[in-house]
Amino acid sequence: MNAIIKFKAPIVLAFIYLALVAWTPDIAWRSSEVALDYMREMVLIIPPVFILMGLLQVWVPKEKITGLIGKGTGFKGVLISFILGTIPTGPVYIAFPMAGSLMQKGARLSNIVIFLGAWAAIKMPQLIAETQFLGPAFTALRFVLTLSAVIMIGQIIERLVGFKDLPQPKEKEEEKQN
Amino acid sequence: MTTIITIYTFLAICLGLSIWKSRAKTAQAFKIGAKALSNMAPSLLAIVGVVGLILGTLPPETISRLLGAEAGLTAAGAAAILGAITLIPALVSFPLAGSLLNSGATVTTVAVFITTLVMVGIVTAPLEINALGKKFTLLRNSLSFIAAIVIAIILGVILG
Repeated sequence: MNAIIKFKAPIVLAFIYLALVAWTPDIAWRSSEVALDYMREMVLIIPPVFILMGLLQVWVPKEKITGLIGKGTGFKGVLISFILGTIPTGPVYIAFPMAGSLMQKGARLSNIVIFLGAWAAIKMPQLIAETQFLGPAFTALRFVLTLSAVIMIGQIIERLVGFKDLPQPKEKEEEKQN
Repeated sequence: MTTIITIYTFLAICLGLSIWKSRAKTAQAFKIGAKALSNMAPSLLAIVGVVGLILGTLPPETISRLLGAEAGLTAAGAAAILGAITLIPALVSFPLAGSLLNSGATVTTVAVFITTLVMVGIVTAPLEINALGKKFTLLRNSLSFIAAIVIAIILGVILG
């Protein structure tokens, strides 16, 4: 029963797919093709990423992350978050759990926003493709504007989002429940 | 492919070091990873399902036809919304954006599509909420949406 509640969204989606098969098999076919494609990618990428997250939790002390991208790290923290976001080229859905664990390890919220923004919007291979299809002027201008926007959004979010708005570490939650 | 090689190489190095230093801690890392994964599995599966549905009903050709045919505010608005709700891999989105430009879409339309596509993620919002909370997710996405529109207008004025 618990599992059904936990997986309610995927279950509802499965029913929508089934309904589509009966209704518009065309769309159902195309949708399942795309979904399977994504699934294949996820099956390969997700397990190593979560193991790496576990290793980060176990081996990297909080002070280390706080010292690199926490409060009071200023420009250095911004730069490191930016580089952290640009290097790996994984899909954006793995950036969120990673950002979550960095946050739990004491990263500044504005740096988390920069990390996510860099990950999604300013990737190296992505910039090359963008230059190819949309031209260097478009790419350069969008890069500069996006980076400035991400830095500003980070500042705003840091002022508006308090500690209590953030999800607390899961272990503690369970202790409370027990 | 390179992504996968990079991730697995990095994992092999980290895992090797970890096992060498402490087996117990490595086991603990696996436990934490598995727990986080089971925690996020429903959202991840939902993302797969929703992305499939969106791209199944709105394949790149349809998007291109919708946004390229008519230049103007409607196209730009539609581009902003489409970009915000869809999750298209970058390698597909740039050729798509290029074909949009060629089929007569304005620079603003293309820019707003690309920028909301990469900065706003409605489909991934459950995952983001799970990791960083509701308020963070809501603020980041809505501010990014506004920023995307401003960026697109600037790009349109300068390059259009």
